Amino acid sequence: MEVVAELALQNNSMNNKISVKNLNVFFGDKHVLKNINLDITPNKILAVIGPAGSGKTTFLRCLNRLNDLDPEMKFTGEILFDGKNIYQGINPVELRRRVGMIFALPIPLPMSIFENIVYGPKLAGITNKKELNGIVEKSLKDAFLWDEVKDRLNDPAMKLSGGQQQRLCIARALALKPDIILMDEPCSGLDPISTAKIEEAMRQLKKEYMIIIVTNNTKQAARVGDYTAFFLMGELIESNETGKIFTSPNDKRTEDYISGRFG
Amino acid sequence: MRLNPKTSQKIMRIVLGIATGLTIFILLFIIVFMLSKGIPVLNWEFLSNFPAKMGKAGGILPTIIGTFVLTLVAIVIATPLGVGAAVYLTEYIREGKITKIIRFGAESLAGIPSIIFGLFGFILFVVTLKMGWSILSGGLTLAFMILPTIIRTSEEAIKTVPYSYREVSFSLGATKWETIKKVVLPNALPGIVTGIILGIGRSVGETAAVIFTAGSSLRLPSSLFDSVRTMSVHFYILSREGISMKNACGTAAVLVIFILAMNLTAYWIMHKFTKRNL
Amino acid sequence: MKNTKEVVIEKSLFLIALSAIFMLFLIAIFIFKEGTPLIFKVGFKNFVTSSKWFPLEGQFGIFSMILGTLWITAGALIIGVPLGLSCAIFLSEFVPRRIMAILKPTIELLAGIPSVVYGFIGMVVLVPLIRENLGGPGLSILAGSIILGIMILPTIISISIDAIQAVPRSYREGSLAMGATKWQTIHMVVLKAARSGIVASIILGMGRAIGETMAVIMVAGNAVKIPRSILDPARTLTTNIALEMGFAAGDHRQALFATGVVLFIIIMILNIIANYAVRKR
Repeated sequence: MEVVAELALQNNSMNNKISVKNLNVFFGDKHVLKNINLDITPNKILAVIGPAGSGKTTFLRCLNRLNDLDPEMKFTGEILFDGKNIYQGINPVELRRRVGMIFALPIPLPMSIFENIVYGPKLAGITNKKELNGIVEKSLKDAFLWDEVKDRLNDPAMKLSGGQQQRLCIARALALKPDIILMDEPCSGLDPISTAKIEEAMRQLKKEYMIIIVTNNTKQAARVGDYTAFFLMGELIESNETGKIFTSPNDKRTEDYISGRFG
Repeated sequence: MRLNPKTSQKIMRIVLGIATGLTIFILLFIIVFMLSKGIPVLNWEFLSNFPAKMGKAGGILPTIIGTFVLTLVAIVIATPLGVGAAVYLTEYIREGKITKIIRFGAESLAGIPSIIFGLFGFILFVVTLKMGWSILSGGLTLAFMILPTIIRTSEEAIKTVPYSYREVSFSLGATKWETIKKVVLPNALPGIVTGIILGIGRSVGETAAVIFTAGSSLRLPSSLFDSVRTMSVHFYILSREGISMKNACGTAAVLVIFILAMNLTAYWIMHKFTKRNL
Repeated sequence: MKNTKEVVIEKSLFLIALSAIFMLFLIAIFIFKEGTPLIFKVGFKNFVTSSKWFPLEGQFGIFSMILGTLWITAGALIIGVPLGLSCAIFLSEFVPRRIMAILKPTIELLAGIPSVVYGFIGMVVLVPLIRENLGGPGLSILAGSIILGIMILPTIISISIDAIQAVPRSYREGSLAMGATKWQTIHMVVLKAARSGIVASIILGMGRAIGETMAVIMVAGNAVKIPRSILDPARTLTTNIALEMGFAAGDHRQALFATGVVLFIIIMILNIIANYAVRKR
């Protein structure tokens, strides 16, 4: 059992990639994702854009199997990480340790800053105080938050500002040393300055992680995305290098969306 | 004759106002009356001495201890069951047939008269299981009685924990149980404690179910299989058998003060809790 | 693929969750097992329609206790329902939220006052008052009804307030916009919409009145006879059990359990009705 549960993903290896094949997702009778095929490359940022209800968040939540929490969810097709289907023979708990997630609103758990960050590592079995301290420092530095909070790690996380809370959430995801970071409209509740800080963090983080960001903001996709995928009504209309998507999209609908004609 | 709507509104308002005033007056009267009769009797000797002459003289120490241990046993048994049931109902299962059946069971249990609990506790624990009139028989019976309260308040408390906390916890690699243990229950704790306090209040005030299961011995208990007399039972026996109205009032005052304190604490915790979650 | 620990926890919690329904069954089984043999022995019809209760001579008829319960419960509802509903309407419609936020818990607090305290006050305040002003022994159906009427107030008020407050604002606004006064809105729109919750509150209050024991023992006189007036003493099903449990044995004890069976059935019927009324909302 343990052997299958192990995800043989190696950090920073160029083979690290995700292949989504013929993915279909239903919630009850609703066909939310329709026959999605997509390859995702490591050390790059993939921006997923599309209007509300296009299925982009559902897509993101397939990658860490958070959709499993909804018993109405039905699923066909496969998602391969390095050739292994994450929906077969893999413990979702193991999977989620390798795939960090940042939610649309900053959701610090109601505990201290320190406790928030060590939450995942402690569950993963790390108890050594020194090791935990190291993880906290490194994660906070990577999320560009260390200097702002290093003197008050035991303060309640709720006391931080919105932008700081979101960076704390990033640090908390990084603490598990994941391979992939999923971000679900991470800046939707933030002001432009906080947004800029988070985007800066993303540019640094992609050196070590694969990042997939869902965003409503096409400009943000253009700023941070190496690749961009456009979803519409549950279908993947097209995906390509961001430059190509924004200058010469293949599909008329992509062009309409990007130029602000709908959505 | 038809009244003009404005006039009938005025009349109704006055009638309803009087009814409300009367209700609140009656309720306050009960508390004030009991306290004014009982508080003059209270002093340290009354609380710390053993009763003499069947309670005609002396204090109420063993009944305080009896109430305490009986309630403790009830809470220790009912809390894990009640919280566990609430966790299952809210976290593990969606609304459907099974939740309906479980809720129906809990609601019906809440409506069963205490004398039925008394009969049941007597025949099952005292007679069939041969525990006799004892702390254990009484405590188990009371645990059954307060279980619905603890289930209901815990369920409400668990439901107030934002769903996003659970998602965050799962996304960080927690299992369901780890999420419940580390995120859901700690955040629902104030509400759960409120339920426990209400359960304590109910156990302390109960008479009918206790008298047939825990008995009415005035001796200090030395084991869980000894009989005890609670304050409520003591108060009932003293006043009904006319042993001592003075000591009855003193006992009742202790009882009422304790229950007021418990309810106020529960209300205070609930108030703080809901405010925090706004 | 769930790990075993999680599965074990889930299964255990499922069993724990069944504890309430399991206990309900356990109670039913033990009460019925003890009570039904006697009901069969004397015949169900005879048991509930005979008013001859002479346990030592082997005569077990609980008709007068059934009447006693009916009279006292009806009296409690006549007192408690109008008072409780008035209070619920006034607090939820005519009083500022802030004040209601204080008064509602105060009233709910009274549900926590032990029933022996109500009984005691009935015994030392109400009973002499009835004896001196209305005649009779004072220990009476009237005294029992008044005390129970007060005891069910918190139940009726609290559940009715919840039901009234659950009525959407838009209903009220719609009615007021059509020129109805506040009171017309309340009795034509709000109370209609809150009806099933209010009915549930009354049924639960009724259940509480039927099931109350200690307070009734202390004020109702407990005489085994068919009551003729509200100033007569009466014995209820619950008090019959509590009064004689202490010394009953053999058939006599079984007859008390049989009384419990009748009580249990009545309460379960009320529970089912209340459950249905609440669910309909």
